[in-house]
Amino acid sequence: MEVFRPSTLDEALRLRAEHPQARPIQGGTDVMVELTFGDARPEALLDLSELAELRGFAEEDGLLRLGAGLTYTEAMQTPLASRLPALAEASRTVGSPQIRNRGTIGGNLGTASPAGDALPPLLAERAEVELASARGTRTMPLAEFLLGVKRTALAPGELVTAVRVRPCEGPQTFAKVGQRNAMVIAICSLAVVVDAEAGEVRAAFGSSAVTARCVVVPLAEAAELPERVVEAASPIDDVRATAAYRRHALRVLAARTLERCLRT
Amino acid sequence: MSATTERPRLAVGRIGERLPREDAVPKVTGEFSYASDLSTPGMLWGDTLRSPHAHARVVSIDVTAALGLPGIHGALTHEDVPGKKLYGLEFADQPVLAIDRVRYVGEPVALVVAEHPEQARRALEAIVVEYEPLEPVVDMERALEQEPLHPDRPTMGHGYRDDRRPNVVRHLVIRHGDPDIAGDVVVTGTYELGIQDQAFLGPESGLAIPDGEGGVDIHVATQWLHVDRDQVAPCLDLRPEQVRLHLSGVGGSFGGREDLSMQIHSALLALHTGRPVKMVYDRAESFTGHVHRHPARIRCEHRATRDGRLTSVRMQILLDGGAYASSSTAVASNAASFGLGPYRVDNALIETTAVYTNNPPCGAMRGFGAVQTCFAAEAQMDQLAAELGLDPVELRLLNALEPGDSLPTGQVIEGSLPTREVIRRAAALPVPDQETLPRDPLRLPGGTGNTTTGEGIRRGVGFALGFKNICYSEGFDDFCAARVVLHADGSAVVHSAAAEVGQGVVGVMLQVARTELGTDEVTLAPHTTATVGSAGSTSASRMTWMAAGAVRDACRAALEERERRGGGEVDVERVHRHPRTTPLDPETGQITGERAHVALAVAAMRVVVEVDVELGLTRVVWVGTAQDVGKAVNPLALEGQIEGGTAQGLGLALMEEIVTRNGAIQNASFTDYLIPTALDMPPVEIELVEVPEPDAPYGVKGVGEPPTVVSTAAIVSAMRAATGRPLTRAPVRPDDICL
Repeated sequence: MEVFRPSTLDEALRLRAEHPQARPIQGGTDVMVELTFGDARPEALLDLSELAELRGFAEEDGLLRLGAGLTYTEAMQTPLASRLPALAEASRTVGSPQIRNRGTIGGNLGTASPAGDALPPLLAERAEVELASARGTRTMPLAEFLLGVKRTALAPGELVTAVRVRPCEGPQTFAKVGQRNAMVIAICSLAVVVDAEAGEVRAAFGSSAVTARCVVVPLAEAAELPERVVEAASPIDDVRATAAYRRHALRVLAARTLERCLRT
Repeated sequence: MSATTERPRLAVGRIGERLPREDAVPKVTGEFSYASDLSTPGMLWGDTLRSPHAHARVVSIDVTAALGLPGIHGALTHEDVPGKKLYGLEFADQPVLAIDRVRYVGEPVALVVAEHPEQARRALEAIVVEYEPLEPVVDMERALEQEPLHPDRPTMGHGYRDDRRPNVVRHLVIRHGDPDIAGDVVVTGTYELGIQDQAFLGPESGLAIPDGEGGVDIHVATQWLHVDRDQVAPCLDLRPEQVRLHLSGVGGSFGGREDLSMQIHSALLALHTGRPVKMVYDRAESFTGHVHRHPARIRCEHRATRDGRLTSVRMQILLDGGAYASSSTAVASNAASFGLGPYRVDNALIETTAVYTNNPPCGAMRGFGAVQTCFAAEAQMDQLAAELGLDPVELRLLNALEPGDSLPTGQVIEGSLPTREVIRRAAALPVPDQETLPRDPLRLPGGTGNTTTGEGIRRGVGFALGFKNICYSEGFDDFCAARVVLHADGSAVVHSAAAEVGQGVVGVMLQVARTELGTDEVTLAPHTTATVGSAGSTSASRMTWMAAGAVRDACRAALEERERRGGGEVDVERVHRHPRTTPLDPETGQITGERAHVALAVAAMRVVVEVDVELGLTRVVWVGTAQDVGKAVNPLALEGQIEGGTAQGLGLALMEEIVTRNGAIQNASFTDYLIPTALDMPPVEIELVEVPEPDAPYGVKGVGEPPTVVSTAAIVSAMRAATGRPLTRAPVRPDDICL
């Protein structure tokens, strides 16, 4: 298997165009598992972990730009954790410390699993995805980027380079149900953001539909949030949980996280 | 408090000292060499083609295309097995490679050997097998009426109770006193347990090296080197001494390495190619590469007087043994023998049936049948206490089984069994106060998931008692050899084939030898079949007893021999035997001699849980336990066994289950087969109860299994107290609590 290791974003985009079959890899916490399980046998890998352009985060005029190479560990640290507390809480639920040191927000978007832990907090924050190719850069709402189970709107030649978020000032939180106290894939998860400025409450859930999904209700009708979340969900029975349990747990999580946000 | 830290001492101590394990640091730092790390120049890689069907007729196997691929040195089928085509731990019913039928998903069908593991993998894809799928037998109740999966069975004239029903591996009925006798109160219940996996971290691995003279050396992670040899040699059509087994680094076993995995396969490939052949299972393959804990359905009826004395118990135990017999006959016997729990019951009817199905094969796992019945029996005792308005601990004290009492098999308990003492000591451990809110999510149910800040939390305290046998039973001629070489300079080398699987027998043998010989200059030779007789299995909580006995006897004999000769080097081997047992009567389930079981060990456990009753999530807050250990050889290692055994029982209570669909495992990975993490395990308060076992060297008892037997029952007892729900199935699913 060939491994390309570009040192600049331009070089990476050129390689991406030249080798469309090369699988992008960042922290490797998803791709390496697929390789080990034999679920994926790509002809080549495009290693993005050396790209300085994808690292860390920056803020300009209240707009946060999280590099695709931002790790979960970094997302849990101040000052970012105080700007995006739900993302920090979600990051804390990811794997073990070693996995959180390797795994990245960009990788979570690229994989686009319905269980991706970073997706609900970013959806609830109405994040936009920054996509780059040799042709240029474009952005699109995260909600439009996620098309299905591990399917995204990424066009040929494109890479996820960043997530752009304008954090709202209101309270927010994240909760995730798993059958173990740590290192577990979400049975279901939920992020809630109370956006007083927009006069609405947004809740995004994971592991209960083909993609993570966002539900918006006016602040005045916040009490209806749990029911609206359950209506928007279309969970399935699988080896981790039943659909009935997922619906029930989403309702409980929505009520609890909303109450947590409103009482602060 | 001292400002300096004491350096950890290596195992140079004598019996009774707290000694850290010699392999502890290398295992944590990753330097320990496991069987999967084995390597030798010129080595080839073997791989296994496995059945995708739970039940099918094998019409044809064509390896031609595989043989033409680059790097391939051979592809073998059942036709290439030179000796016996079937093997098995207790009953030879398992084909080395599938012959005309496959009976479970993952059954080995063909082997390939290649220069590189990736070449081997591709060659497997090139093998063409024509199957004719058959209806799989997947329900253990229906198995008794469906078409038989095997032409011969242990129940067809092999010394067990004859049973003509299809698919019965063993049917054991223990009738004790008058089971129809009435009681003032009656409680009934049906309990179920899912399939638990040993989930050892080191997958099945080994290296087979041909000796150039027709024989083979097999380096492998296993539990019993000599029984592996005795199963491997006949299949290779070799004499036992032509097959030498050597213990490699074992990454846990818990019963899952009693049966063979890749031993015969790697040897076949090595002898076929004349080159060393390595095989390593990946994680998914490992889930089909070893047997699991039997899933069970247990129906109980307990009768008692109004003041709480048990008058009679009826139990019907059904165990799904899966596709092959493995150790199902012995597991069935254990489930029946210890089904009632450590209680005095004068009248009982216990019926155990183990069946064949097309589910994954089940066999030995820590607790060996007693785990399943303890879960049922202890739930019944709690129910009885509630019915009578008695304290559950008092009810257990009132009925406690003690020396002088009889087991339902008629065996009178003559050894040590301090049941009341372990109950009292465990019950006396102070339960921690409820922690105040707010708390770090890590100290709440749901853990890192941040699912509650205190909403929905109910606390519950539970109690359970469990026991099982120590050593092999029912007339099995069990022995353990050890060889001691005393050098002229006073130093000594101990040879033993006892498998160190992480439990600490290496330390035990060194402690015994140093104590007996009065010197610290003792080392252990590599564990192998080549230089010493069989040690028996690292199973049944027997190895501390048996290895301590054998090493003690060999040391004493060596000292006598040196005395007799007046000095010089001596080399002696001794075999230790525990008191003989005899089989149970196949018709009545009663003993045919003095005893069917050698000795017993009992443990009591008190547990505090917090359950989020709205989400069905549980945090085990605290565990306190008192265990009957005979004599603590190394209290530190013993506590490690209790903590580890408790964690395994916690796993069965809360999360560990192999899920199957039409016989196929759906969660063959550590992503979906969950085992407890450090954040799921509470601290364990431990009381060691030391009442020496009269028949055992130094009074020791095995300690590995009782914590696993009792902990699942104790944790679910606490969950019932917290939720008010019956919770009759383990593992408890969140749905069982909140839907």
